[in-house]
Amino acid sequence: MAAYDADSSAGGDLAYDPNFVPDSVKTFVVHLYRQIRDKNVYEIHQMYEGSFNRLTDRMFRESPWPTAEAVAPYVDGDHVFCLLYREMWFRHVYARLTPTPKQRVESWDNYCSLFGVVLHGVVNMQLPNQWLWDMVDEFVYQFQSYCQYRAKLKNKTEEELQLLRNFDQAWNVYGVLNYLQALVEKSNIIQILEREKEGLEQFTVDNGYDYQGGSNVLKMLGYYSMIGLLRVHCLLGDYRTGLKCMAPIDLSQQGVYTNVIGSHISTIYHYGFANLMLRRYGDAIREFNKMLLYILKYKQYHQKSPQYDQILKKNEQMYALLAVCLSLCPQQKLVDENVSTQLKEKYNDKMTKMQRYDDEASTVYDELFSYGCPKFITPSAPVLDEPLTNYNQEAYRLQLKMFLFEVKQQQLLAGIRSFLKIYSTITVTKLAQFMDVDEATLRTILMTYKHKMHSTDNDGKIVSNADIDFYVDDDTVHVVEAKPTKRFGDYFLRQILKFEEMISELEKVQLD
Amino acid sequence: MAKEAQQQVSYTVEELVAVNPYNPDILADLENYVNEQVSSQKYSLDANLCLLRLYQCEPERMSPPIVARILIKALMAMPAQDFSLCLFLIPEQVQSEEQFKTLIVLSHYLETARFRLFWDEVAKNCSLLESVPGFQQAIEAYAVHVLSLTYQKVPRAVLAEAINKEGLALDQFLEYHVANSGWAIEKSQGRSQLIVLPPNEFNHPELKKNASDSVSYEHVTRIFPVLS
Repeated sequence: MAAYDADSSAGGDLAYDPNFVPDSVKTFVVHLYRQIRDKNVYEIHQMYEGSFNRLTDRMFRESPWPTAEAVAPYVDGDHVFCLLYREMWFRHVYARLTPTPKQRVESWDNYCSLFGVVLHGVVNMQLPNQWLWDMVDEFVYQFQSYCQYRAKLKNKTEEELQLLRNFDQAWNVYGVLNYLQALVEKSNIIQILEREKEGLEQFTVDNGYDYQGGSNVLKMLGYYSMIGLLRVHCLLGDYRTGLKCMAPIDLSQQGVYTNVIGSHISTIYHYGFANLMLRRYGDAIREFNKMLLYILKYKQYHQKSPQYDQILKKNEQMYALLAVCLSLCPQQKLVDENVSTQLKEKYNDKMTKMQRYDDEASTVYDELFSYGCPKFITPSAPVLDEPLTNYNQEAYRLQLKMFLFEVKQQQLLAGIRSFLKIYSTITVTKLAQFMDVDEATLRTILMTYKHKMHSTDNDGKIVSNADIDFYVDDDTVHVVEAKPTKRFGDYFLRQILKFEEMISELEKVQLD
Repeated sequence: MAKEAQQQVSYTVEELVAVNPYNPDILADLENYVNEQVSSQKYSLDANLCLLRLYQCEPERMSPPIVARILIKALMAMPAQDFSLCLFLIPEQVQSEEQFKTLIVLSHYLETARFRLFWDEVAKNCSLLESVPGFQQAIEAYAVHVLSLTYQKVPRAVLAEAINKEGLALDQFLEYHVANSGWAIEKSQGRSQLIVLPPNEFNHPELKKNASDSVSYEHVTRIFPVLS
């Protein structure tokens, strides 16, 4: 796809005049502007998702929309509207075309202005959550894209290098993190979620919207920025801090994060991945399972949506990561039947190979991890002297290396597992014989199994991920089968409530 | 007076990490805090991760001795996974430097419970590790932890190897834990001693609380109207 420079008109089939505003665009911006002023969130959403994409498909498949300067006269030159329009403008260029280096920098400037306005607290619009999520999501995406772009120095022209030198503040990592952090803080979102637990706020019930004539923009940008921070920290390899940023959101319940499918998927994908790297395989499996089941049930409703491709891609990535988690921590009972069927279809052979823990297994782990992982970045600024190299893969290679190292450490555990499945008691001597190692090594393996199958949660508590467990009494290993658990507590609670209902119904009956 | 001032500085550093972590200006404070953690045997993973992130963003300001100290403190935090969390943030070229390769090998031995090899390697690298007080005790605690996950009764020789103690030192260690941690000593069929470790849910599975059968507080509140 050709890159269009906003400043000059391109030659070729479509002579793009950035200042020409077709009538349909005029109508579009005038209507959108009015709806925003009148706070008609539903109409705004229709125009944002519907009309914008229809017009794009019709007229702007291979060229940018008219510039914000060109449409400004039709919207009273409204400063904030132009910032919003420009954000959509750049997003369109990233999605359908290839942004020029200059456009990348200009988009950064636009985000700075836009977030600046929001942080000043002067915005009183109500915008659809989809739009607000897309803004944060795109912000992080463009940051990631820029880091990848500037890490590929080998074939850059002198002009491009000069641009990198001159605009070294554009998309710098501190700026990105600080904007997200500022949105979280200024919006007070953490306090709002805390107060909600005590019934003092209606945030989730109202889906973040403000029904008292105020604005949802700062609040929702703050909320989505928590997810943005999780994502950025995952890209940097700091999984613990990423999860901490997300901690105020309770993932065991429905929440505002589940109402926009993009935010739901992004949250669970990054949460699951972070837990995988933290060796909390049980948590990762549980969350991936829930998300994959949800997508299985509801993806048909999103077929027409512009995010459909992204949904499908993330779906496939999560299956790959789930396959990895289950190979390292076989807990099939945590996975729903339907998800399990899909998983077997896609990865049955590969999972068998991974559980063999030999060299071939490493190759498969490598393949699935590389497919499923995020696009890691190197946050530091490029060194722009000779020799110029491409180092955009360095971050990814480090995370992959660390992951495969962990896999290698767990290599001997598969052997132990298969024996533990067969025996209820066995002496250390005998087990060592079967596994073809000396006794001392076997004791080491037993302890490694225990250590690896127990993870530490955030409070320092030890949690077991083991499907098969054991304990050692001097020189005998006693295997413990994990019993399937019966949930009596929940059952009784439900019956109590049901009976109570029935009794009150009966009491209402009047006998003549 | 000096101690008060010290406490004030660390309080401020923790605050900084919580409130303003993406700020290159706090780098020096964070480095001082690492040294403080070493000398006063405290530990803060979040502050150290914050520093490693700053180093990631500005590699020219990275200080290898500080990174080494962070990694040693992380080793001491085992079984928590802090060591790998730190490594995720340290570029490959840095990890391939000699002292870091040694630390990675030490971590590998601990992760795979190869205590004999671990203590041998420690002996070869005294200078690196002796600068961090509490190292020996922290690793002993980790070894005891892994043994407690695995064994109800552990042979003396296995314990000795895990904590790198023999003879009188081992006897003193055992005495202390028998008195304070609920350990007991048995004789095992004419051979040497068996150390009976206190029961927990990992070495005594019958003690494991059936977590999924316990009902969460929020669910119980649903029937409060019925009960009243």
